[in-house]
Amino acid sequence: MTAAIEVRAVEKRFGNVGVIRDLNLSVNRGERHAIIGPNGAGKSTTFNLISGHIRPTSGEVRLNGDVISGLRPFEINRRGLSRSFQVTNVFARMTVWENVRCAVLWATGHRYAFWKNVDSLPEVRQRTAEILDDIHLTHRRDVPAGLLTYAEQRELEIGVTIASGATVVMLDEPTAGMSNAETERAVALIRRLTEGRTLVIVEHDMSVVFGLADRISVLVYGHIIASGTPEEIRRDPKVREAYLGEEAH
Amino acid sequence: MTAAVTSASHPLAKSAGSPLRFYAIWLIGIAALIILPLLFSSGGSLTSFSLIGIAIVFALSYNILLGQTGLLSFGHAVHYGLGGFAACHMMNAVVAHGWPIPLPFIPLFGGLGGLAFAMLLGWVMTKRAGTVFAMISLGIGELVASSSLILRSVFGGEAGITTDRTALPRMFGWTFGPQLQVYYLIAFWLVLSAIAMYALTRTPLGRISNAVRDNPERVQFIGYDPHVVRYLAYCFAGFFAGIAGGLAAISFEIANSAYLGAIQSGLVLFSTFIGGTAYFFGPILGAILVTYLQLGLTSLTSVWQLYFGIIFIGIVMFSPGGIAGLLMMHRPLIRAGTLGMVIPSYLLAVVPTAALACGVILTIETVARYSGGDAINLFGVAFNPQSPVTWAVAAVLVVGGFLVARLTWQRIAEAWDRAATVARDRGYLA
Repeated sequence: MTAAIEVRAVEKRFGNVGVIRDLNLSVNRGERHAIIGPNGAGKSTTFNLISGHIRPTSGEVRLNGDVISGLRPFEINRRGLSRSFQVTNVFARMTVWENVRCAVLWATGHRYAFWKNVDSLPEVRQRTAEILDDIHLTHRRDVPAGLLTYAEQRELEIGVTIASGATVVMLDEPTAGMSNAETERAVALIRRLTEGRTLVIVEHDMSVVFGLADRISVLVYGHIIASGTPEEIRRDPKVREAYLGEEAH
Repeated sequence: MTAAVTSASHPLAKSAGSPLRFYAIWLIGIAALIILPLLFSSGGSLTSFSLIGIAIVFALSYNILLGQTGLLSFGHAVHYGLGGFAACHMMNAVVAHGWPIPLPFIPLFGGLGGLAFAMLLGWVMTKRAGTVFAMISLGIGELVASSSLILRSVFGGEAGITTDRTALPRMFGWTFGPQLQVYYLIAFWLVLSAIAMYALTRTPLGRISNAVRDNPERVQFIGYDPHVVRYLAYCFAGFFAGIAGGLAAISFEIANSAYLGAIQSGLVLFSTFIGGTAYFFGPILGAILVTYLQLGLTSLTSVWQLYFGIIFIGIVMFSPGGIAGLLMMHRPLIRAGTLGMVIPSYLLAVVPTAALACGVILTIETVARYSGGDAINLFGVAFNPQSPVTWAVAAVLVVGGFLVARLTWQRIAEAWDRAATVARDRGYLA
């Protein structure tokens, strides 16, 4: 079986500074894969490289076996990879309903249509309603996204990310800045919504990582130093030294 | 507690408005267009209505860019002007070749002229949004405006291209000689264009345009190429601007370089922004006000542009949502029944604010007319611009008006706070 995401020998330099060096990462289909690492290790850059936000200097990225490095973000998205952002990144002046609906439109085949009434597309309406129901924001559907609470915006962000029906979902610190109760809610939401999909997640909260992930990769200075099950990662001496060790004492 | 939460979500959820009221608003607008010339039938008012109708189509087309897609263009008149030239050439060709195309179809060719240019240059222009787009639009605007004086065969040089609208084949026996018939032709295209442009906002492309306006980066991660979205929006804006230009060509029977220039581009930006870009009807209000002021002020004062500038700065600073934004601000208060809490504070502010405005007008006119000019006639009262009495009155009105008005403005703010708090408690304000 080909991997959902395969990163091979990817390198990214900004000028003379190598941010990512010899990055190798393999995410199996259907698994929940967490990327952890200290601040500045290049986790968000890795996300940006995979999702097409920035192009690798060398190396290649494959999605379900096809090379996607060099494609533009929307082309990668159309192939079934969707991502969220660390900083909430929704359509602030549009309502919750419209935010989700926009994310549904391409996948339902309506594309750039200017001859259809967007309110009378039954499958769009149904899918949008389902997603809103899934993220528990149905009661807020007509509120502009910019006026939601922080936790609600994070949930909407997840809803927009999964709305296209992508098979590979990448979430960048989905619980950052949340209270414990909100984090618990968010994790339950992520677990439920990514059922049957491949999930790649960047997360600082170790309880979230070890509770959610099937496999974990540890990124230090732009290089994966270890990949494995939570148990293997816990035991890995390199990881303990470079990362977990600091928190262990 | 739970009851409060559910009731809080309820009124907001109903904010979409009923379809019946929606159609009623459109029908009232159409009825007004039909009845207006029967109420005000003088030649002057018919011309004014015609100009306002053209300005509305133009401003609505501009808002496809500014309000819907977030593209600030400084060269939108290019499409308006090219539409006008296309319409003039088409009319002359129809007459010369005896084609069976009656006048009411001509604005369509104006639209195609605007569209053709948008399709040609739009792809490069819309590659980037923001400052880059604004700068390129300015450059293209100047480029086309200056070419219009150079390419004489197409643009007719300084004189422009003239035409005769009455020489075209007739339709329903209308010659389109009288201004009334021209007005109805413009009103017809206004209604058609407004409906089409409104419908555009309700399509997948229209919704995604809003998404591109709010966050072009995120749009890429829901499968859309923001460049394509901007390009398509640009083409539609060019098309409808071309229709407006075609209507102008019919109304004036001429197209010249003034149609394409920076002044025209500035005027449409101005109208759209003053009216308010966030609501579909905003540019309509702006076009009505600006055209009306333009027609009215030019006969009253030589420095009418100065007043435009002051109004524009005032709107940008104090009401970025324009007139439409100001009006719509009150909607939650009306729903919550707390509008009565702010009205008294408004009434209180009217007199001192008007005094301040009169003082400013008096000051401006005094300066403008000090060295040779007519006496100032301010609402029937004559002032001599060289008399110290006038200066004293102006100073008293400005200083006194401002000091008192500021107090009443504070009262408005306080009344607003109270009314909004109640509206929020009742769940009509998020």
